[in-house]
Amino acid sequence: MSHYEAPIREPLVLGDKSYHDITEDIAKPIEGAANKNWYIAFYISLAAMLWGFGCIFYTVGTGIGVWGLNKNIGWAWDITNFVWWVGIGHAGTLISAVLLLFRQKWRMAINRSAEAMTIFAVFQAGLFPIIHMGRPWNAYWVLPIPNQFGSLWVNFNSPLLWDVFAISTYLSVSLVFWWTGLLPDFAMIRDRAVKPFQKKIYSLLSFGWSGRAKDWQRFEEVSLVLAGLATPLVLSVHTIVSMDFATSINPGWHSTIFPPYFVAGAIFSGFAMVQTLLGIMRKVTNLEDYITRMHIEYMNIVIILTGGIVAVAYATEFFIAWYTGSPYENYTYLSVGAATGPYAWAFWSLITFNIITPQLLWFKKIRRSFIWTFIISIAINIGMWFERFDIIAIVLSKGHLPSTWWRFEPTFVDVGIFIGTIGFFFVLFLLYARTFPVIAQAEVKTILKSSGEFYKKRSEQGIPTKPAINVASAEGTSDKNNKE
Amino acid sequence: MYQFSGKLKTFSIALILLGALGIAFSFYTAPKSIEDAKEIMAQQTSHDGGHAISHEEVKEEKHATEVKGDSLAHGEIENHGEEVHHEATKDAHAASEVHGENHDDEHAEHVYHQLKNKPWSALYVSLFFFLGISLLVLVFYASQRVAQSAWSVVLFRVMEAISANLVPTSIIMLLVILSASVLHINHMFPWMAEGVFDPSSPNYDPIIDGKSWWMNTPGWTIRSIVYLAVWNAYRWFIRRNSIKEDTANDGLKTYKLNYNVSVGFIFLFMITESMMSWDWIMGLDPHWFSTLFGWYVLASLLVSALTVIAFVTIYLRSKGALPGVNDSHIHDLAKFMFGFSIFWTYLWFSQFMLIWYADIPEETTYFVMRFNEYKLPFLAMVVMNFAFPILLLLNSDFKSIPWFIVIGGIVILGGHYIDVFIMVMPATVGSQWSFGIAEISALLFFLGIFIYTVFSAFAKANPIPKGNPFLKESEHFHYYNIEHRGEGSADHH
Repeated sequence: MSHYEAPIREPLVLGDKSYHDITEDIAKPIEGAANKNWYIAFYISLAAMLWGFGCIFYTVGTGIGVWGLNKNIGWAWDITNFVWWVGIGHAGTLISAVLLLFRQKWRMAINRSAEAMTIFAVFQAGLFPIIHMGRPWNAYWVLPIPNQFGSLWVNFNSPLLWDVFAISTYLSVSLVFWWTGLLPDFAMIRDRAVKPFQKKIYSLLSFGWSGRAKDWQRFEEVSLVLAGLATPLVLSVHTIVSMDFATSINPGWHSTIFPPYFVAGAIFSGFAMVQTLLGIMRKVTNLEDYITRMHIEYMNIVIILTGGIVAVAYATEFFIAWYTGSPYENYTYLSVGAATGPYAWAFWSLITFNIITPQLLWFKKIRRSFIWTFIISIAINIGMWFERFDIIAIVLSKGHLPSTWWRFEPTFVDVGIFIGTIGFFFVLFLLYARTFPVIAQAEVKTILKSSGEFYKKRSEQGIPTKPAINVASAEGTSDKNNKE
Repeated sequence: MYQFSGKLKTFSIALILLGALGIAFSFYTAPKSIEDAKEIMAQQTSHDGGHAISHEEVKEEKHATEVKGDSLAHGEIENHGEEVHHEATKDAHAASEVHGENHDDEHAEHVYHQLKNKPWSALYVSLFFFLGISLLVLVFYASQRVAQSAWSVVLFRVMEAISANLVPTSIIMLLVILSASVLHINHMFPWMAEGVFDPSSPNYDPIIDGKSWWMNTPGWTIRSIVYLAVWNAYRWFIRRNSIKEDTANDGLKTYKLNYNVSVGFIFLFMITESMMSWDWIMGLDPHWFSTLFGWYVLASLLVSALTVIAFVTIYLRSKGALPGVNDSHIHDLAKFMFGFSIFWTYLWFSQFMLIWYADIPEETTYFVMRFNEYKLPFLAMVVMNFAFPILLLLNSDFKSIPWFIVIGGIVILGGHYIDVFIMVMPATVGSQWSFGIAEISALLFFLGIFIYTVFSAFAKANPIPKGNPFLKESEHFHYYNIEHRGEGSADHH
């Protein structure tokens, strides 16, 4: 009875699919050639990436002064983009780890790509802590390495140092988690490869996976343990990022709600990015039977939930800023002062894109619509960028001393680097989509018979879903293997 | 159907009566006037003999030393050391005629209010704890409906039964709210004191006055009633309609209605919960604020609620009243207890560490007070709510063994009672806290009510929610590496 599933549940794999069909569908983008659209997208991304690299070299060569920062606003686009990218990265781990702990079968069609997104987003995020340094060539000083300065060490009290540990651990664990899940899928590509070069590559990537019972058992246990570790990790990483602000004494930054609120915002923005990417990917790779309307709807529900949590946090910030009775709190990013001040446009962008627009998802028609989902997910990506920008720039623009009030204007280098990271991200993601199995076929195959449309229908009609040969072999009347 | 045994009923009524007696006694023995308070203080100092010197007394001592210092050369004090110090303490009250009459009276009045608050606070801590647990059980139940989770369907009637305790606790809470605000019988909320908003009064507090838009008696009372009304309305509705679901047979119409109403409830709960914790708990320290506070309270109550679900489930299963529940269900409950214990710690630490790190005086006082005056419970709470559950419930095999969960759960519940205690007591009774008749009686009283309402509610409905479309999945739920060996395991290998 372990395969019993309530008929009320919608199928997760559409159409009359067999195990082999799944393999074929997922291997196709890897085994075929890229089309023109892929090349167009790739070259545009590559151009943006190279432009961004140019801006980075220019910054490092000339000095941080080429950015729009000033002596009061020392963080603006750099850290905004950093937090934005880290936030985007959180959905991948949430999908693969938290949804695994909650036994959500629908994660299986999206976890691979969501994790790829995580890893590529963390790459982009990881650039900023280095390039926003005045002396990036001394970046290795943040590591506690024994040295010739009388073993001069780092101060472990700084959240910026915690960031180093958090981000690097997060990247390593995500990478290992992702790669472990890829082993059976790489082995599948390896076994199908006809060209010797391809065979060689996928043999190396799949680490000699042969899919024995013991391997699978260990595989499952490792996945569960890693999911259990990745869940607190994903919470702690964005928590530590939030502490870059929350440990300070700036009104608007010093707020105890930041840790869970940043995490909720990260999931919110991360899912929005997954929607943006998968909305396109399911179409161009013909994987509509796996990433179905229902997957999109479920992700939209997570977006409503986390968006709701974020909205409660906004309301709390707004309320407590007033409740403190501190006049300084009136210039924080969520205050009457911000809503009416010189950055009012940024404040209202945040409210519009993050709180108002996602409320459309309460309507079933809209949250099941691909086009609406795509539009709303873009709005959230913009809104969540503004959230970080508002937190950072608005708060810094009006500190305790009026003589330090200043404004921030980005230069083309600020913008260029951000565009560059978007380009870099898409370069990686496009390459990934051509060379990696974008859906975890091994996982999807485990739910085919319980959640596949064809099998669900059959079991509802009372038709046995197991082929007769299995019954025979179970009864010992046949010595044939019940090969699926 | 489950039969609420006469034995258990008698036991719960005995608890209620015993608790009520103790509560009455604690109110009776609370000081009636400042003179009474002075007497109690005098008794305390003579009894104390060194153990547990309270914060107020330490301050008093320092003050007295200064007073004495005026008439003595400094060298003398140093020479005589202990002796002078001791004498000074004894003299403090006598010397007050000359030096600090005002101060002494103020101090006595302060202690008088704290002592008068004591029985109220003891009642309030237990009341809030039990009310919060019942509420969060209801919320967890709503979340299970909304998530269309299958494993927990066989536990739905257990959760519904526990949420029945929301009714009596809400009624008592209503009485406390009315007596605090409308009738001004207790002094737990400093901002409700007379003259706080009146600039011509000596009690005038400009900081609180600045918050009068939020902190005012009518607003507070109305909001409190609204929270209680919203929660109870959902409970009433969902209980009624959940039983309807059993026999509805209307193509899931009732089921879908219940789903939608649960979504609405969770939405409203998210808002009312934050406001409730500002009103009912954070308002006890009207000068202090923390943005995380609402969610921190939520986490504390949620983990307690999950523990209570596990307890009631284990008990009912052992009585054979829950045929569909197997070891995998218990395992899942224990996982939730484990996970949310860590989540609570995460929020506790976030709030504590951020305030400690920035060390802004107006926020830090909150923890300074709690750390100095409540050191043992403050530290014990972290061990009980974090270290203990982590060590006990990490192992997968342990999570389906009832007695393990009971031991872990008792510690978790104790730890979260202390958590609520430390949220409330320092604000209302300050250094005059103790854990005695008042506190224990309140606990017994609400425990009695809990047992009575929960088990009589459980006896009123079919323990199996027959109409739920996920029931069959729930009954066949088997977590993959769990060996079923508890009650009802015969039909599962």
